[in-house]
Amino acid sequence: MNANAWGQRLRRLLRWESLLLLVLVAVTAGNALLSPYFLDATTLSDASFNFTEKALIALPMALLIIAREIDVSVAAIVALASVAMGFGAAAGWPTPLLALTGVATGGLAGAVNGLLVTTLRVPSIVATIGTMSLFRGIAYGILGDRVLKDYPAGFGVFGQGYAFALVSNELLLFVLAALAVGVLLHATTAGRRIYAIGANPTAALMSGVAVDRYRRWLFIATGLASGCASVLLTSRLASTRPTIAQGWELEVISMVILGGVSVAGGVGTILGVVLAAAILGFVTFGLGLQNIPGIVLSIFVGALLIVVVALPIVGARWRARRAQRPTSAGA
Amino acid sequence: MSRGMHDLLRRLRHSRDAGLALLTALLLLALAARFSAFRDVASLAGLFDDTAILILLALGQMLVIVTRGIDLSVAANVALSGMAVALLNHAHPALPAPLLVLLATLLGLLLGLCNGLLVWRLGMPPIVVTLGTMAIFRGAVYLLSGGAWVTSDKMTPAFQSLMRHTALGLTLLSWLALLAVAMLALWLHYARTGRRLYMAGGNPSAAAYLGIEAGRMQCLAFTVSGALAGLCGYLWVTRYAVAYTDVAQGFELQVIAACVIGGVSVAGGVGTVAGVLLGCLFLGLIRNALPLAGISPFWQMAVSGAVITVAVVLNARRGAQRRRHILEADAA
Repeated sequence: MNANAWGQRLRRLLRWESLLLLVLVAVTAGNALLSPYFLDATTLSDASFNFTEKALIALPMALLIIAREIDVSVAAIVALASVAMGFGAAAGWPTPLLALTGVATGGLAGAVNGLLVTTLRVPSIVATIGTMSLFRGIAYGILGDRVLKDYPAGFGVFGQGYAFALVSNELLLFVLAALAVGVLLHATTAGRRIYAIGANPTAALMSGVAVDRYRRWLFIATGLASGCASVLLTSRLASTRPTIAQGWELEVISMVILGGVSVAGGVGTILGVVLAAAILGFVTFGLGLQNIPGIVLSIFVGALLIVVVALPIVGARWRARRAQRPTSAGA
Repeated sequence: MSRGMHDLLRRLRHSRDAGLALLTALLLLALAARFSAFRDVASLAGLFDDTAILILLALGQMLVIVTRGIDLSVAANVALSGMAVALLNHAHPALPAPLLVLLATLLGLLLGLCNGLLVWRLGMPPIVVTLGTMAIFRGAVYLLSGGAWVTSDKMTPAFQSLMRHTALGLTLLSWLALLAVAMLALWLHYARTGRRLYMAGGNPSAAAYLGIEAGRMQCLAFTVSGALAGLCGYLWVTRYAVAYTDVAQGFELQVIAACVIGGVSVAGGVGTVAGVLLGCLFLGLIRNALPLAGISPFWQMAVSGAVITVAVVLNARRGAQRRRHILEADAA
């Protein structure tokens, strides 16, 4: 019976990912039909810049949401880390130290979130709404209306460099991170425990899982990933404004939910998140090729989010109704 | 009579609202001692006028949070409803302003109903639904306006001045907020449906045994929140005399913060109108005091962020959850 239940769950997850894959194929085909330039290695390589930074944050965010927590302060952390790097650059720091500063700032901000949620026991959505204005506010306060752009020439390597051929450093980093997080979630004890915490925190605690330690580390990981994303984005733009990455938190969360992670916790795969990231990136890029403004795009993304989450629910209901029909006819 | 008084005092001592009221009063006193603007009745009325829209939106949000939902789409709803009536006013200046107020409210109500039906009928998580509709509503504002601004010279004077009429020293906008506070407090306290909202949020499965469908209550809460947001769309556009795509961008988070500071629990089932009113006034005071205190506009966001974080830590500990998961609280 247990094996059967697992088999059922596996089938359901597989169906979600295959649905996403279909959407991805449709999006790619649609793009290719609409623009002759889309199916080109260089174009596709350019398109990847549209999602790698956000997707990098989406990976630990997926773990957080699977564990029934959420972090809406990620975009503000990106801004804070970028400001920290900007001042380091103004002080003439070398490139490796700058990158380290960005990542460390992110980790520190994540630790603050973790502290609020675990030690002070504030619900994560409330805590991170607070720190979101705090972090973004500090970035605004320090920077005002100025722009920092004293980055050394070598700093561009993170966001503008290519590892080999058309594979950018950003894309390579994202693929490696996705593999690492995927293995962590799907093939280690820690991963199983993250699912357990999300499925039932009390039961997890009673079975000896150090729930709060996991939560704290997940927030720190999300902060570190936001710091990394900040290094990539700042390096790509070669400048820092306090408005950097404005609104990213919603795009990142949309990515995770579209990827099949349940906000009720305990459900979701990294493959789904990666597929969702690619879908959103290609849609954004494709509509950009058609000169459609970003705000109209948000309609599409919002609708996609609702439809993709609603479809399986409607489908299950429809199947249940069909399964019921012969029974009621026989009765 | 005296026993009633005694009872009241005892309840006050144990209530979170009383603590927040004291804090808000102390803040006001401190500000009044320092800045003359906070001693002047007229400017205090202005401060209330400035907070009225936040109050209206936070009341709607409170209903949603009490039923275990969250409405991230309120600010986008404000922008869309506001833009719709501003454009209508521009195209048909003859339409009377009260009709447009009604239309904005109705449009907001329909948008809220969309959220509510998706949550109730499809059983989708509220945060997912409103994350999606937030993006859709915001995009719709752009489609509707073509990205253009509707400035004050394109709106009729009657349309813009309706809420600025004053009675007894308060603007019509302020009276509207007070009316909403009073009506909602009575409804939540005495009406059967009002009580059912709390039951549905406090314990959905127990509510189901009493014949209360939690999803239906959520749908109702979203609809009311949407209607208030639609009304605020009109109010926002006329108060700031401009409608554009980014109106009220990010305001949903301030609205939620006001609720949380006011003691509404995100675990559902807990929250009072008085608390939300105080939460809004607290935020309003801070927002109005910072420029007077000579804090640079760039630092104001950080200071209010810090205030929100601290207030949230003090007021939003997992109170309701602690009772539910006794073990977890022990381990912590």
